[in-house]
Amino acid sequence: MNHWIILPILLPAMVAPLIALTVRHDIVLCRVFSVASTVLLLVLGGVLMGTTAVEPVQTYNLGNWLAPFGIVLVLDRLSALLLLLTAVLGLAVVLYAINGWDRAGRHFHPLFQLQLMGINGAFLTGDLFNLFVFFEVLLIASYGLMVHAGGPARMRAGVQYVAINLVGSSVFLVAVGLIYSVTGTLNMAHLAVEVGRVSAADRALLETGGLLLLLVFAVKAALVPLHFWLPGTYANAPAPVAALFAIMTKVGAYAIIRVFTLIFGAGAAASAGLAGPWLLPLALVTLVGGMAGVLASRRLGQMVGFAVIGSMGTLLVSVALFTPQAISAALYYLVHSTLAAGALFLIVDLVRERRPDLGDRLTTAPQFAQCGFISALFLLGSMAMTGLPPLSGFVGKLLVLDGARESAHAAWIWGGILGASLLAIIGFARAGTTLFWKSASVEGTLQPMGQPAPALPFVSVGTLLGGMVLLTVFAGPIMLYLDSVAQQLFTPQQYIDTVMTPNTVQPAGAH
Amino acid sequence: MEFLVASTIGVITAAGIYLVLRARTFPVVLGLTLLTYAINLFLFITGRLAVGQPPVLQDGVTAYTDPLPQALVLTAIVISFGMTAVIVVMALRAYIESENDHVDLIDGDNDRGDSRT
Repeated sequence: MNHWIILPILLPAMVAPLIALTVRHDIVLCRVFSVASTVLLLVLGGVLMGTTAVEPVQTYNLGNWLAPFGIVLVLDRLSALLLLLTAVLGLAVVLYAINGWDRAGRHFHPLFQLQLMGINGAFLTGDLFNLFVFFEVLLIASYGLMVHAGGPARMRAGVQYVAINLVGSSVFLVAVGLIYSVTGTLNMAHLAVEVGRVSAADRALLETGGLLLLLVFAVKAALVPLHFWLPGTYANAPAPVAALFAIMTKVGAYAIIRVFTLIFGAGAAASAGLAGPWLLPLALVTLVGGMAGVLASRRLGQMVGFAVIGSMGTLLVSVALFTPQAISAALYYLVHSTLAAGALFLIVDLVRERRPDLGDRLTTAPQFAQCGFISALFLLGSMAMTGLPPLSGFVGKLLVLDGARESAHAAWIWGGILGASLLAIIGFARAGTTLFWKSASVEGTLQPMGQPAPALPFVSVGTLLGGMVLLTVFAGPIMLYLDSVAQQLFTPQQYIDTVMTPNTVQPAGAH
Repeated sequence: MEFLVASTIGVITAAGIYLVLRARTFPVVLGLTLLTYAINLFLFITGRLAVGQPPVLQDGVTAYTDPLPQALVLTAIVISFGMTAVIVVMALRAYIESENDHVDLIDGDNDRGDSRT
């Protein structure tokens, strides 16, 4: 039993009330605590990832209760990877936010820490009901963050976001109930064993439960036709929050990968491969629909929101194939698209705060401060997002295309991804031309509102763009690691054995 | 009894879904509340319907009801209660700030500039 596993949940859970209760009046102390906690999470993510190289699956029994009865946290290579990714994105977001956004409303830092706690918990838990609880934790924090700094448009988008997620939570509970009623367990490893033993008469209930789970995760992952909350939410959320939400859609993708390789994987007898036939066509529609939305957007923030939907489509197309090669490609694309979306949302805000009355509307206006530098950042971000060489988007799409080569639907997948990429390139090129290029021909300059702070936002955007450069340069070693992640997902026996073997801590007197 | 419980859940869910699909926030909040009631009942009966059976071990008793769904329902009730409070406050705030209680974003919401002050 590895006690370090609980720290990514415990640390933000302790820091959040500490900030809210003791130092809330001193913004500098708030920032110090919040940044320190996020840096520690980054270190922890690295350390935990290192330990999975030695011991691939590690467990932590909460309260020392044995596995199928108590709740268990499980660290495997997939969760370690996502913990690290969350910490990297979190650090960039918090560095951006301490530049002024955190003073625009109250309690940004406690909510931010609780959000990280919920996300880390969702990646670590090995129990289906506990996954629901952590989903709620991350959602409650996200409701607060979404309406941070207030304003009518943001409030209304917030209400819509909360309502949709409450319906999603209800469906999650129905799915959990259905699965529990036929298997008698909620521990994921135990479920993986029990699902294969469900009698033919109960199989319909089990599969309904499984598909309802897919529905819930699809809402989180913004799969068409359940995507409609995303553009409004992301375009109206404060910029650092929108950037942080880039990982929230990935939580949905993670849950799909976890549940449908572990519980409904090859060991599920007649229920094996439950998700694939539903996921693939929907993901293709998501891909094309999202990128068409990029073309139709009238605001930059909205456009990036649609690009996120499109990238989720690409990611889920690859996931839907459920082969080790396709999953490792999907994971590479997941890391890349999280960084790309985070960077783009921050760049949108850089533009927005320099165009006082126009915001991020796609209209030609005079040049604004630091126009050239920001346009270069935008160029890099959009090259990554649309999948142009040389950044990681190109490598990611290449891997996804390569992973789909063996599929029976390869023609559809190749056509969809390549066609959607073209739409995205046209959309981003048009937006960049309107905002940056054409502004040179308009007389005068726009004065930014307030004082745009000098370096920190650029450091933050640079971190994310730099992450993508590293992802491209070290694509070889990273793919080796991701292949081992995918291999682990498709040989779940080790996961099941580690969780189900009693390995509690003995009381000191027992020896 | 199965028929009664099942149809009760069905009717409450249907009413909840109808209300969630309404255009204004108040019926939507009511619909979400009804929906969570139905879900709580549903979760409760996933341990099967049993009358007068204890959930914890007792001497001389052979038939037990499943205690786990009861614990799950307790968690679900607490969470849905908190969530209802959150959405009521947010709906109220959105209504006061925009003087409009429609759930869908009106045309132009997406074109409005940033509201950071």
